[in-house]
Amino acid sequence: MAAACVCILAVGVICYFLFANGLPFFAQYAVSDFISGKEWAPLRGVFGILPMIVGSFVITLGALLLGAPAGVLTAIMMARFSSGKAVRLMKPAVALLAGIPSVVYGFFGLMLLVPFTRSILGGDGLSILVAAILLAIMILPTIIQTSRAAIEAVPNAYYEGSLALGASHESSVFRAILPAARSGIVSGIVLGIGRAIGETTAVLMVAGNQARLPTSLLKGVRALTVNVLLEMGYAADLHRASLIATGVILFVIVMAVNIIFSFYNRRRVLQ
Amino acid sequence: MSVRSGSGKSRITVDISLPTRKRTPWGPVLLKWLCWLAGVMTMGVLMLIVLYILVNGVPEFFFRDENGALQFKDQLFALKYNSKNLSMFPAIINTLLMTALSLLFSVPLGVGGGIYLAEYAKPGSKLVKVIRVTAETLTGIPSIIYALFGMLVFVVTLGIGISMLAGALTLGTMTLPLILRQTEESLLGVPMSYREGSYGLGAGKLRTTLRIVLPVAMPGILAAVLLSIGRISGETAALIFTSGTGTRIAGLYDSGRTLAVHLFKLQEEGRAVGASFAVAVVLLAVVVLMNALSVYIAGKLTTKG
Repeated sequence: MAAACVCILAVGVICYFLFANGLPFFAQYAVSDFISGKEWAPLRGVFGILPMIVGSFVITLGALLLGAPAGVLTAIMMARFSSGKAVRLMKPAVALLAGIPSVVYGFFGLMLLVPFTRSILGGDGLSILVAAILLAIMILPTIIQTSRAAIEAVPNAYYEGSLALGASHESSVFRAILPAARSGIVSGIVLGIGRAIGETTAVLMVAGNQARLPTSLLKGVRALTVNVLLEMGYAADLHRASLIATGVILFVIVMAVNIIFSFYNRRRVLQ
Repeated sequence: MSVRSGSGKSRITVDISLPTRKRTPWGPVLLKWLCWLAGVMTMGVLMLIVLYILVNGVPEFFFRDENGALQFKDQLFALKYNSKNLSMFPAIINTLLMTALSLLFSVPLGVGGGIYLAEYAKPGSKLVKVIRVTAETLTGIPSIIYALFGMLVFVVTLGIGISMLAGALTLGTMTLPLILRQTEESLLGVPMSYREGSYGLGAGKLRTTLRIVLPVAMPGILAAVLLSIGRISGETAALIFTSGTGTRIAGLYDSGRTLAVHLFKLQEEGRAVGASFAVAVVLLAVVVLMNALSVYIAGKLTTKG
């Protein structure tokens, strides 16, 4: 029954192959030039992924600004401010939102959101703004489900105690329950960040994918993930290695987010 | 007036209004309405997506013939794809094949691993901790990294080539942690008394696990499998460089596109919007079906337990 060890094996193999194929690139191309280079011109042998790092960062931040408040508030509403009927309707709805494939999200964005922003705000519509809105929708269910579980796990005594002190229902929810559920809510948001950074297909379809530093929200941008998917099909030699190295950087970023978060969590538990 | 409770740094501050102040503080009430607004928005967004796809997609399955009668567009389900009929039939078969192959890999390993963790491993041992951490890591890895992993390991190093098998192995790895964790949790949820009763009747460990504990935990495991089916049929990024974009019904060692990849390719090639909408409808239907099934099974679980 050591089938469980396959997990360890899988992580080991993923790390090994990713690094074994990605790191040799850095022997030929300095890491600092790779990360801080503003120009991506693989045909001329110039590999700078700063625009992609900034791109991933900007759309993730945008998605978070839009999606996190909406998600947390929805979770509070589902947990504390609604009748059983509304929750019975919303639970499967959120699960459905989580299950819609990213390619369908991308298609929806491309068909509806892109022309919409094009006609209202100008530009060509394939933009940071649309990518951020789409990602915000995609991370909603992750944030809602985790936050809701956290809010419902808060002992009812907190709420009752607050009521007994004379606070209203609303005050009790926001001042007594919410602070107690904080770490769970943060973990939901971190999961959302992970999903937003890692999203590929949907972003590729709506973000325009120009590999340059963005100057406005209506300009297109290329994410790290998109860089790999877009060029892997025809890349060779150093160009191919540079894409795998992009994957390594992405992997390191995702792991860093997770590790920072788990330290944060452990500190809270110890307290 | 404010009352403080709790200890240490994590103080909980509770503002309460004295009876003399009749007015309830308006801040929390405002927040409450914001909550409702957010909830309604979430539902609205879902409605918008689903309705938009359905309204634009469902008519694509039909056309009007010369007499104006409504006919089913069966060319969308022609046996072979070509640039004229844009048939999604091969992609549907490939999706089924891909799902079956991936599950063939991830279900035995995931369920086996889950049983080991829940029933056999010493709780709190180093190995268990490492497995948990790695399973969590696997869940957090973006699908494009799985794409690189699948391409480097299965396609290139093991020499399988761009094929359904390579794609299935990649997706199998991707869904493994989901099934493993869910199996473990469902097994841990089975009351100890079931096991004790079985031991009391003289059954051994293996018999108890397989005959008593596993059947009780089955709904939870099935829910995880359904969730995995949803993920497999919706995956694009991890498949493009592992199982490729072949347009025919694929064998084990052939390149073949699943429905999601089909939709992606149609868009990339700038092909007919109508056919894309039709594919989106089918994909959406798969997700709805899987969700409904898992809700149904979860419902069974709660009525039984």
